[in-house]
Amino acid sequence: MIRVENLTKTFDQFTAVKDISFQVDAGEIFAFLGPNGAGKTTTIKMLTTLLRPTAGHIHLDGFDPWVKQREARQRFGIVFQDPSLDNEQTAYENMELHGILYHIPHRVRVERIEQLLRQFELWERRNDYVKTFSGGMKRRLEIARGFLHTPKILFLDEPTLGLDPQSRNQLWTHVKALNEKEKTTVFLTTHYMDEADRVAHRIAVMDHGAIVAIGTSAELKARTNTDSLEGAFLALTGTSLRDEAASSTDAMRRFAQMWQQKR
Amino acid sequence: MGAIYIMWLREVKRYFRSKAQIIVSLGQPTLYLLALGFGFGPVFAKAGAGNYLQFMAPGVIGMTVLFSSIFSGMAMLWDRQFGFLKETLVAPVPRLHIILGRTLGGATVASLQGLLMLVVCLIAGFRPVHAHAAGTPASHDWLALPLALIFVGMIALVFAALGASVGSTIKDMQGFQVLMNFLVMPIFFLSGALYPLKNLPRVLSWITHADPLTYGIDGLRGVLIGSWQFNFGSQFNFMLDLCLLTGLAAIFLTTSAWLFSRIEV
Repeated sequence: MIRVENLTKTFDQFTAVKDISFQVDAGEIFAFLGPNGAGKTTTIKMLTTLLRPTAGHIHLDGFDPWVKQREARQRFGIVFQDPSLDNEQTAYENMELHGILYHIPHRVRVERIEQLLRQFELWERRNDYVKTFSGGMKRRLEIARGFLHTPKILFLDEPTLGLDPQSRNQLWTHVKALNEKEKTTVFLTTHYMDEADRVAHRIAVMDHGAIVAIGTSAELKARTNTDSLEGAFLALTGTSLRDEAASSTDAMRRFAQMWQQKR
Repeated sequence: MGAIYIMWLREVKRYFRSKAQIIVSLGQPTLYLLALGFGFGPVFAKAGAGNYLQFMAPGVIGMTVLFSSIFSGMAMLWDRQFGFLKETLVAPVPRLHIILGRTLGGATVASLQGLLMLVVCLIAGFRPVHAHAAGTPASHDWLALPLALIFVGMIALVFAALGASVGSTIKDMQGFQVLMNFLVMPIFFLSGALYPLKNLPRVLSWITHADPLTYGIDGLRGVLIGSWQFNFGSQFNFMLDLCLLTGLAAIFLTTSAWLFSRIEV
């Protein structure tokens, strides 16, 4: 379903992603793990047509997203690391806007919006502005939106960041259910090892822009002689801390958050 | 087509939902109209140039449309920060449709603001009149109002597209401040909104004629009070302003579409 060959991304002097190759099969839940700055988000951005790769090839359901952009975009859904909802519109309007952008016929759209909003327990709040939602509700809405156009692939970039255990648990239950029901291929990144261990069929560990190991959770544990995925992860990536440089975008994001709280 | 419509609708909805914003954004032009309009009135009349309120009303209408439309484009900066921009960037529609919908929405909103300002001007005592020879009394010309809407719409479109080009380029708040001071204010002050463009120093005259808003204001003032900046006859002036604005709108729309299609995050 996803095939990546020798993918590389260089920013000026810095190589964020170095010559990675991997394959994800249809219906699989595939987790990308790695410390901060390992290149996970950069990889997802390249897979989802937000960033042009420096070199290498990508195939999503047989389409190269840089040649057949629209076909590829129609086939995936994405939940970004930071929110991408329109705060000034209601939950329903956000879903409606997505449905129209993804060419879902009116009747199917109405049915599916209701079904997904009910499933993610947001139906009662459908006419409330997104800006009044809690972090967990926004995440649920984003994931519901990601499923709206029945994508063949769903990208989840740290979807549980900042959520309480209840919301995290519920979120993965929904994702697993939809993965089984609609055979959606799921490509996720996370910092929570227990989540990856629980939901992912296969796991790739990334560090310094390269894939250092790939396999099932059991395989990674066996390979590193550890009894937990966390142990395996630390054995593969070391214990030193990674510091990411704060960009002007981060500064703006903080500013935006302050602004939101003020209102 | 659905994408253009839904992005247009988003802008219009947002406008009607922030009623406080509608009133607040009329505050500044109203202040200009009242303070300057009545303040400079006596001097203007003494110089033999007629009624200043009549002269500057088309200018503040243009000002309202300029500010509203250019900020609608720059609102993309907020969408970039709050993340919504990405939702539209990965959508399976040509980015041209996205930016076109946004720009048309911004232009619609700015036109509505301009219309409201026209009402404020009428309340303040402004009256559309026919061109008249010196000495004869001016007659009211209410038919000028629909013609004025053409120019309101064109100013809105030109600057919504310019704002969208800028919004696709700048990424942070500092850039926004710089543009405010070095783009929006000069466009306004050098457009002839506040003073006649005749008999200016040569360099200033060149600059004012390079300002896109000059032609919008001239068109508005021409249809509303029958005073044009060139002595070619009103029909020629009308067509000249309209053609220039249409050309500029086309150029800015193309630029914004190109810049928007290149956005990477």
